[in-house]
Amino acid sequence: MNLLILITLPLLTAFAVLLSPKPQHARVFSLAGATLQLLIAVLLFLQYRASVSNGPWAFESMYDWYPSWHIGLHLGVDGISVAMILLTAFVVVAGVLVSWNVEKMPKEFHFLLILLSLGAYGFFISLDLFTLFFFLELAVIPKYLLIGVWGSGKKEYSANKLALMLMAGSALVLIGILALYYAQPAGAGSFDLTLIGKNNIPESTQKVIFPLLFVGFGIFTALFPFHTWVPDGHSSAPTAGSMFLAGISMKLGGYGCLRVATYLLPLGATYYSNTIIVLAAIAILYGAFATMMQNDLKYINAYSSVSHCGFVLLGIGMLTKTAITGAVFQMVSHGLMTALFFAVIGMVYERTHTRLVAQMGGLMKVLPFITTIMFIAGLCSLGLPGLSGFVAEMTVFMGSWEKVETIYRVITIAAGMSIVVTAVYILRAVGQTAMGPLAHEEYKGYRDASWNEKLAAIILVLGILAIGLAPFWLNDLVTPSTELIMKKILSSK
Amino acid sequence: MGIFLNYMKPELMISLIIFLLLILKLGKGMTNAALLPFIQVLILIGFLITLFLPAEGSLFHGMYRTGRLIGFQKAVLLLGVYLISLLCSGWLKKSEHLTEFIVLMLSALLGMFFLLSSGHLVMFFLSLELATIPVAAMSNFDLDKKASSEAAMKMILSSAFASGILLFGISLIYGITGTLYFDALVSRIEAGPLQVMAFVFLFSAFAFKLSVVPFHLWTADVYEGSPFPVTAFLSVVSKGAVAFTFVSVLYRVFQPLGELWHILLMITAVSTLVIGNLFALRQDNIKRFLAFSSIAQVGFILVGITANDASGTASVTYFILVYLFSNLAAFGVASVIADSTGRENISDYRGLYASHPMLCWVMALALFSLAGIPPTAGFFGKVFLLGAGASRGQLWLIVIAALNMVISLYYYLRVVRAMFMEKQLSPIGTITQELPVRFALLLCVAGILLTGLLSWIYEYIRLLI
Repeated sequence: MNLLILITLPLLTAFAVLLSPKPQHARVFSLAGATLQLLIAVLLFLQYRASVSNGPWAFESMYDWYPSWHIGLHLGVDGISVAMILLTAFVVVAGVLVSWNVEKMPKEFHFLLILLSLGAYGFFISLDLFTLFFFLELAVIPKYLLIGVWGSGKKEYSANKLALMLMAGSALVLIGILALYYAQPAGAGSFDLTLIGKNNIPESTQKVIFPLLFVGFGIFTALFPFHTWVPDGHSSAPTAGSMFLAGISMKLGGYGCLRVATYLLPLGATYYSNTIIVLAAIAILYGAFATMMQNDLKYINAYSSVSHCGFVLLGIGMLTKTAITGAVFQMVSHGLMTALFFAVIGMVYERTHTRLVAQMGGLMKVLPFITTIMFIAGLCSLGLPGLSGFVAEMTVFMGSWEKVETIYRVITIAAGMSIVVTAVYILRAVGQTAMGPLAHEEYKGYRDASWNEKLAAIILVLGILAIGLAPFWLNDLVTPSTELIMKKILSSK
Repeated sequence: MGIFLNYMKPELMISLIIFLLLILKLGKGMTNAALLPFIQVLILIGFLITLFLPAEGSLFHGMYRTGRLIGFQKAVLLLGVYLISLLCSGWLKKSEHLTEFIVLMLSALLGMFFLLSSGHLVMFFLSLELATIPVAAMSNFDLDKKASSEAAMKMILSSAFASGILLFGISLIYGITGTLYFDALVSRIEAGPLQVMAFVFLFSAFAFKLSVVPFHLWTADVYEGSPFPVTAFLSVVSKGAVAFTFVSVLYRVFQPLGELWHILLMITAVSTLVIGNLFALRQDNIKRFLAFSSIAQVGFILVGITANDASGTASVTYFILVYLFSNLAAFGVASVIADSTGRENISDYRGLYASHPMLCWVMALALFSLAGIPPTAGFFGKVFLLGAGASRGQLWLIVIAALNMVISLYYYLRVVRAMFMEKQLSPIGTITQELPVRFALLLCVAGILLTGLLSWIYEYIRLLI
């Protein structure tokens, strides 16, 4: 399969949306493009499983772009990127479906959604750091406009905060990749990930460049203390915007931390491993406790994202095969689960016009489908076996436990405690909203989920169940690739 | 004679247009509406000839020289003038003295052409004056506005000061080396104290013209007071010409003082970036806003110049081209709005998206390009400048420059926020966009999007060096 199709299709879709004669047509084009992209992603997954590639990268292709800077459009995937592409495709279809009835400037809305997904797809298939960076930044402006124009609450503030913090992250990444370019032997500078991976960069240089890249990407994935854009950004964004932010955009950061920072600079990763672990543990606990204090459903989900993304960084920081695999699992699982949760919150908000837990109650009686989905998302978030959250967090814990020193044990246990806190806030929020007597009489007039909302929820639930009930397919997909990363880390020592 | 005609094609073209306009002016037969398209076509022809028929060689013992890169740079400047003549056609048509304005603009352009081609310090000085004095006269063209004549006064005084400094530096150089030819200077300049002093004077004169901090104080007032075409011309064409020359003079003539100007460049780059950005944060007038943003852009250009190799020349030339499209698009939109409604404050743009979506998209694209956000060409321009600057291993400089990209994003987003997100308090009224303006904005948008994504433009520049 030529991976170029993964970026040309969203590009064509975006043009079709932009040029669609009537605003109502825009959503049709957008959905058609997203569905087609999902089919291609599934096809890619099947082909990847069937292919026996002799190198770490499958479906590689190379196009010249800026030869004088040694920049090329070098495309290729491994198991981790295929998992990320699948996740993106699922979330995009669901996001387009829940935005079916956007009334304010639907053409622009869908155009920006597709543009954002284009950035994500391009990011996950790039093996060239410049192209990767190009796609990373490409996704910043759609997020800004989605929040600022279609958002709610203090949307301008949140949009600004998000754009500036993510831009700061990008700036660090840019410095990092330029430093990497010049850290290679003179004249042999390259942005090509596969070439840089072969060069031995001295440890002292790695120690300088690693924090730039890791913090840069880390800002995207809510690395403590740079997580503050997450709650504001997610809660002000429109429903699809929050889904894309949590489901896709935060994964760009985790993927970058793993693929670029850790893979290319293993000595730096080893050196800073403890710092990362401590920061991740703080994020996990701080995020969980901060969530306890929230009353707004979107804030609850956003703060819990900080906590859950902490597991991704914890897994990466532990630098064991199982923990890194767990980090990838957690990225996929968290992407699906938070997207689902945000979708449900959007559905509830559209009907009740409030997101405050205290003002709701008894929704189960009038909105059985929506509240059921909400339960599924909540239970996945607190790690119920059978759903994806359990698989992912369990794998991270197993991987962390492989490290025998006391400090790692203590941190693993502390991180494990957060699950209890998660249970408290999830059960409280979901219970209060769904159970009990009807909070208001007018709830009786509410209609349960429409076809598009149902479809969106079902797609995401299917993903969650597929990982929760049969984790082996994801394991088979990801493990060979994490093994290669581990081999690189171990051989560099 | 043949060589002369061939080498000096661009200059002769411009002189011809100037004379033609002066003769036409004598007749008084043509209205502005008839004259303007004619002028635009002539400039376009000049652009095409300069771009596609470059010559290489030197005249008058090296006083005048031209090459493929210089030819390309001249073409870039001509493109800028062409776009300005289209973008500001509303203002130009209303002008009582259209011919004079165009003649002045082309004379300044002629000065810039000679500046780029100069191989001798006297020639260099004369052409710099020719490139500056007409612009001061142009600044005064809003005859009924007091700010306009104030701008002209500030412009002429500050450039006279810069010229004085420059002349002093030149005389010192002549006293030490006994020659004014660039080619002969290279071998005779060394890092003696007097030479360093002479060089610092020369550097300051360049810094004045480029509005490098701390020589930037004239910029904002002049930009604000001048009519839109003049501000656009100053910020794009003038800056471009001086930046091109700066690079070639530093790299060619002052290579023996490379270490010295590397330090000077780093210091001024940081001060220009930081001050330009900090002052841009709080501007409400769109012209002042763009003035400070253009100061900050110069800071990035200085970072690129520190490279001191082919990548420096290429990235600066490329960036000026990109900057030309982006800044002219922003000026174009602002000028169209100001022409129809008389408003030029950012706060007036609130809620503009509801009534004029296309204008807002053009403005947003231009600002994203200035901020260096993909997929616009500004992204590539900035990355290449920083990449070239990083080649000397000064990581801290790149860190400061990259962080300044974040600050600059903040104020560019302010305009986007006003247009797209905020509510309109007082309706701005309808904005008429004439056909040439639409065409020029389309060209700018195409430039903003394609110059970056199509890599052959940069690669072509790289081959010229």
